[in-house]
Amino acid sequence: MADLVRLTIDGKPVEAPAGTLVIEAARCIGVEIPAFCYYPGLSLQAACRMCLVEVERAPKLLASCTLPVAENMVVRTDTPAVKQARRSMIEFLLTNHPLDCPVCDKGGECELQDMVFRYGAGESRFSEVKQHVEEKRFSPIVFFDAPRCVLCYRCVRICNEGLGVRALGIVNRGVASEIGPNRGDRLECDECGACIDICPVGALTSGIYRYQTRPWEMQHVGTICTFCANGCKTTLGVRNHRIIRGNNRDRSGINGEFLCIKGRYAFDFVHSEERLQTPLLRVNGELQPVSWSRALAAVAEKFTEVKARGGKFGVIGSNHTTNEENYFLQKFARQALGTGNIDHQRTGDVATLLGCTRSLATVADLYSTKAALVVGSDLAQQHPLYAFQLRANWRHHQARVYTVTEGPVREDQYSAGRARVQRGEELAGVERLREQLKAEPELVILFGDAIQGEAVRKLVAFGDSLGIPVKYVCLLDYSNSRGAADMGLTPEPGGGLTLPEMLAAWDLDVLWVVGANPLKNGELAADGAFVVVQDLFLTETARRADVVLPAASAYEKSGTVTSATGEVQALRAALKVMGAKPDLEIFGLIAREMGIDLGVAMPEAVFEEIRQTVRGYNVPLPVIAAGGAAQALAPEAPVAAAGRADLAESARNTLFTSGTLGRYSKALNSVEEAPGGLYR
Amino acid sequence: MLYNQPSPLEVKVLTRRFGLPDSQSLDTYLATEGFQGFRRALEMKPEEIIGEVMASNLRGRGGAGFPAGMKWSFVPRASSKPKYIVVNGDEGEPGTCKDRLLIENDPHQLIEGMLIAALAVGAAAGYIYIRGEYRRLIEIMDRAIAEAYRKGYLGENILGSGLRFDVYTHSGAGSYECGEESALLESLEGRRGVPRIRPPFPAVAGAFQCPTVLNNVETLCAVPAILRDGGAAFAALGTPKNGGTRLFCLSGHINKPGVYELPMGFNLLRMIDEVGGGVWKGKKLKAVIPGGSSCPILKASECDLAMDFDTVAKARSMLGSGGVVVLDEDTSIVSLATRVMRFYQHESCGWCVPCREGTTWLRKLLERFHAGHGTLADIDLMGDLARNMLGRTFCPLGDAAAMPMISYVEKFRGEFEEYLNRTPGGPLGRVTIDG
Ligand SMILES: Cc1cc2nc3c(=O)[nH]c(=O)nc-3n(C[C@H](O)[C@H](O)[C@H](O)COP(=O)(O)O)c2cc1C
Ligand code: SF4
Ligand code: SF4
Ligand code: SF4
Ligand code: FES
Repeated sequence: MADLVRLTIDGKPVEAPAGTLVIEAARCIGVEIPAFCYYPGLSLQAACRMCLVEVERAPKLLASCTLPVAENMVVRTDTPAVKQARRSMIEFLLTNHPLDCPVCDKGGECELQDMVFRYGAGESRFSEVKQHVEEKRFSPIVFFDAPRCVLCYRCVRICNEGLGVRALGIVNRGVASEIGPNRGDRLECDECGACIDICPVGALTSGIYRYQTRPWEMQHVGTICTFCANGCKTTLGVRNHRIIRGNNRDRSGINGEFLCIKGRYAFDFVHSEERLQTPLLRVNGELQPVSWSRALAAVAEKFTEVKARGGKFGVIGSNHTTNEENYFLQKFARQALGTGNIDHQRTGDVATLLGCTRSLATVADLYSTKAALVVGSDLAQQHPLYAFQLRANWRHHQARVYTVTEGPVREDQYSAGRARVQRGEELAGVERLREQLKAEPELVILFGDAIQGEAVRKLVAFGDSLGIPVKYVCLLDYSNSRGAADMGLTPEPGGGLTLPEMLAAWDLDVLWVVGANPLKNGELAADGAFVVVQDLFLTETARRADVVLPAASAYEKSGTVTSATGEVQALRAALKVMGAKPDLEIFGLIAREMGIDLGVAMPEAVFEEIRQTVRGYNVPLPVIAAGGAAQALAPEAPVAAAGRADLAESARNTLFTSGTLGRYSKALNSVEEAPGGLYR
Repeated sequence: MLYNQPSPLEVKVLTRRFGLPDSQSLDTYLATEGFQGFRRALEMKPEEIIGEVMASNLRGRGGAGFPAGMKWSFVPRASSKPKYIVVNGDEGEPGTCKDRLLIENDPHQLIEGMLIAALAVGAAAGYIYIRGEYRRLIEIMDRAIAEAYRKGYLGENILGSGLRFDVYTHSGAGSYECGEESALLESLEGRRGVPRIRPPFPAVAGAFQCPTVLNNVETLCAVPAILRDGGAAFAALGTPKNGGTRLFCLSGHINKPGVYELPMGFNLLRMIDEVGGGVWKGKKLKAVIPGGSSCPILKASECDLAMDFDTVAKARSMLGSGGVVVLDEDTSIVSLATRVMRFYQHESCGWCVPCREGTTWLRKLLERFHAGHGTLADIDLMGDLARNMLGRTFCPLGDAAAMPMISYVEKFRGEFEEYLNRTPGGPLGRVTIDG
C-alpha cells in the first residue's frame, strides 16, 4: 500500500495514496473537475486546460490532471479565478466549433454540450470567421468532422495505447491540427470504433449509426455480444425494433468500454433481408413456406415415428444458443428421443481442461495477473477482449506476456518472451520458455485448439511443475461455445456419435441441427435422413433440410451464455423479429406437439434447473439478474471427458469474420480489411 | 562571415575570433587559446567544473536566463542510463540572430563548450539541434565536428584522457516551437515538435528519457572562456548575478543594425545611440522590444535601464534571447501587434486549447482591426483574450504570445483608439514591420 497523503480540496480533507492525481482525488470526494483530455487509463496530455485549479502558494493555476497530490496541499476548484478560467477555455474551444448540435449525432450526449451548460458563458464574444474543413470518410465505419474536434487526443491514445493499432495520429500544426488516419486518406485498422465512442464530441462518428436518430429516442438494452467467446457486454440502441447502434459507454460488464467491430457494429445481421421469417417444409422436393403449426406437426410426427421404431437420431447443437436452450436440447435428445448422439461444432477442448484442473482465470485476472502465456492463438484477431486486457495489464502494471505462436502476433509488440513454432509443436515451444516462466510469481495460460486431448493434460502438468499459481483459459470461438460444452452438447465417451460420426452414418434417420451449419464443409452420408434445421438463415445445412424453423438471434431473446472464461451472463431481448422464435420456445412447441413433458420451456425455469443439476453452475442469481457476470465454478469432481476430446477445431476467425452470423453482417463485410483476413 | 562592423564598445569574449582568417578551422582555434578551458577542465573534478560555471554567474542565453551551473548540478551523478548534452541552436525568436554567427564563425568554441559540459555531468554524447533554415550552418558544424574527430578532440580517448564523447548535428523541423526545450527533445527523437509534461525536467529525463543538459548555443560558447580564465573573471565582466557578456542583436529602425557583444548590464539607450548609431533617419525613439518578440514592449521613457535579466524583469519585460528591436516614432503599434500575433498564431503547435484558439482568435481580431474594421470593444477584448491565455497554456509559447499583446494594449491603448477613428479601410499607419 502506497503512503497516504493528506490534503484538502475545497476545504474538505482528503487522503489519497501518493502519486494520485489531484483530479482523481477530487472525484473521490465528489468534487468534479471538468476534463476533456484526461481519461483514466490513458497517458496524460495536459492539453485541454479545462482542469485548472488553484493551489495555495502556486503562482498560477495548475492542471490538476498532471498534478500529483502532496502532503498538506490546499486545492481550490471553486474560486472565481478557476471558474473564470473554465469559462474562458470553453469560449476558446467554441470559437472554431461549428455549433451544429441540432444535426450532430452526439447532441444530447456530448461532453462539450455538458461543459458549456455547466461551466460556460451564455454568449460568445467571437465574431471572426470560423476555421472550416470538410468532413472526411476514414472508412465505412469511421467518419471525421474536423471542426467539431476539440483535440483531446483520446482517439489517438485509445488506438495507440489501448489497442496497439496506432492507426490515428495528428496532422498539421496549430489551429489546422487534425486527426489523421494511418493511410493518409483512409484507415487500415481494427475498425473497432473505440475512437468513435471515446470521442467526447461529434467529431468521430460511425458510418453505421450516423444521422439516424437522436440518442434519447432509443431504448438502451444491455446484453451480451453474440459473436466470439469473450463475453463482452454491448448496449444496443433500439428504435422501432431496429438496432441502430451498439456500444458500452457505461463501462459495465466484464469488458468495460471495450468492444471490437463485431460487438459494436455487426448486429446488423439481425436485420438482414435474408433472415428466415417463416417455417419452410419440403414439399415435392422443394422447400416451401408453411405455417408454424404445419411445420411443427411434420417434425413431431417424424420424431415420434422414428423414436417408435427405434431409429437413429443425430442432434447437433449450437455455439450461439443460450445455456437454457443447450440444456433443454440435450435433455430433449437424451430423455425424449432416447439418443446419446449429440454434439456441437467444438472449437476448443475445454472438457479435458475441466477434467484436470479447477484453476480457471476470469477476464479480470487477465488485467491483474503478473504474467500470462498465450499458446497457439492470434489473440488480437481471435480474442480481442483478452488481447485488450493483457495489453492494458502490461501498460498499467507492466505485466509480462509470453507467446507461443506459429507466426507474428500483435502481442509481439510488447511480449516479454516468445517462441515461434510449427503447428503441433506448441508444447515444445512452451517448454522453451520454462526458465522465464518459472521466475514469474504467477501465470495465466491461454491456449487455443492447438492444445487438445492429451496435450491439455501435458500443459496442465507443465503448469503444475512451475511451482507457481497458474490459472487457465481454454480459448473457444463463439459466444456460447463454453456453455454448449458445459450443458452436455457432447456425446459421452462411447455413449454416442460425435458430429463427424453422425454425418458419416449412412443409416441416420433424423438429423436435427440447431443453430449450426455442419454441411458448410461436411457432407451428410445418409441420403434418406430427415433433416430439421433451426436457424436464422438459409444456410448450406438448411438448404438440405426437410423442415426449416426460423430462429431468433441472441439479441431477440433472454437466457444466459457462458464465456470462454466461464463467466455466466444474462442476455436481454432488445427487439422482436417477426416470424422468428427463440429456439427454446421451438423446443417446447415440438415437445408439446409430440405430447411429451420435459418441463416448462421458459428461460428462468430452465436456468433454475441448470443451477440445480449442472455441476459448477450454482451461480448467484442476483448477480446474473443484475447484469453481472458470475464465473461458473470448475466442478469439484472431474467432469467426464467428452467422447473424442481431440475433435476440436477453431474456425480461426479474424476480427472481421464470425461463422454464419459474420457472413450476414454488412458492416463486417464493408471494411477493406475484411477480405484479406491477414491484416494485423 | 560578419554582417556588421564591430563596435569599439564591444567586449569580445565569445566573438574574439570573429573576423580572423579561417576562423572556422581547428588550427585557428588552437592558435587562439582554443581548448585551453577544456584542458583545465580535464584536471578538475566534475563538481569543480560546475562550481566554476556557477561562480561565473552565467545565465542561459536561450531566453529564460536560468543559471547554467545550477542547471548542470541537477543532473544526477549516478545514472544507469547514458547522459546527453543537447545544444539548442533552433534560434527561432524573432529579432534574434546570434547563435548563427557563433556557429558560423567559431564552431570549435561550441564543441569545446559541449566537451566541458560533458565532463561536468558525465555525458557520453551530444546533439546540436540547428534550425532547419540554417542548412549552411549544419554543414559548417559537420565539417568542424569531422575535423575535431580527426585531430582527437572528439571520439574515443580524447587528448589521451580516456574520455569518449560523440557529437551529432540534427536539423530543426521548421517550427518555432521546436526551440522550446521539451518540444526540441521530441523533435530530436523524431516525433512531432510538441512539448512534454514537466516534471520530469530534462536534467532527469531528457533526450531518450535520459539525463540531459540542454543549453542554448551561446550559453555553451561562453563556457570555454569561463574555464580558461576562471568563473570570477567572467562574472566580473557583468553585473551581480548576471555574469559576462552577451551577444545583443540590434535590429529595427537603427542606423547600424548588427550583433554586438557587450557586457551584461549595458545601458539600453547607450546601446542604441553609441553602439547602434542611434535611431535611423534622425527619428525619435518610440519603443524597444528588449529581448525578442516574446518580450513586453518598453516605451522610450522606460528604456534608460541596464540590460541584465533582473533589471529588465523589474521593468516588467524580459531580457530574453538578446534580440533588441528598435522602433521609431512612426511605427504603428497596431501593425506591430498584428505582425507579432500572426507569427505566434502561425507557430502555435496546437497542442493546447488556450494557445491554439487564443492566438487564432487574436490574429483574426487584429487583422480585422488592422484592416480598419475594429470597434472599441475589440481593444478590451484583445487584452482580455491575452490575459485568458496567460499562465494557462501548456508551454510558455502561449505566454510569449500573450505578454507582448498585453503590453501593447496597456502601454499604447491610445494608439489603438486613435486607429479606430481613421476612415475604415482608409490609409493605414505605415506598416513598418511586415512579412
Ligand atoms: C516557444 C519557445 C521557443 C524557444 N526557442 C528557443 C530557441 O530557439 N533557442 C533557444 O536556445 N531557446 C529557446 N527557447 C528556450 C528553451 O526552452 C530553453 O529554455 C533554452 O534552450 C535553455 O537553454 P539556456 O538555459 O542555455 O538558455 C524557447 C522557449 C520557448 C517557450
Ligand atoms: S476526434 Fe474526438 S477524440 Fe479525437 S481528438 Fe478530436 S475530439 Fe478528441
Ligand atoms: S471481443 Fe468478442 S465478445 Fe467482445 S465485442 Fe468482439 S466479438 Fe463480441
Ligand atoms: S502553448 Fe500549447 S499550443 Fe502553444 S505551443 Fe505550447 S503547447 Fe503548443
Ligand atoms: S484534463 Fe487537464 S488539461 Fe485536459
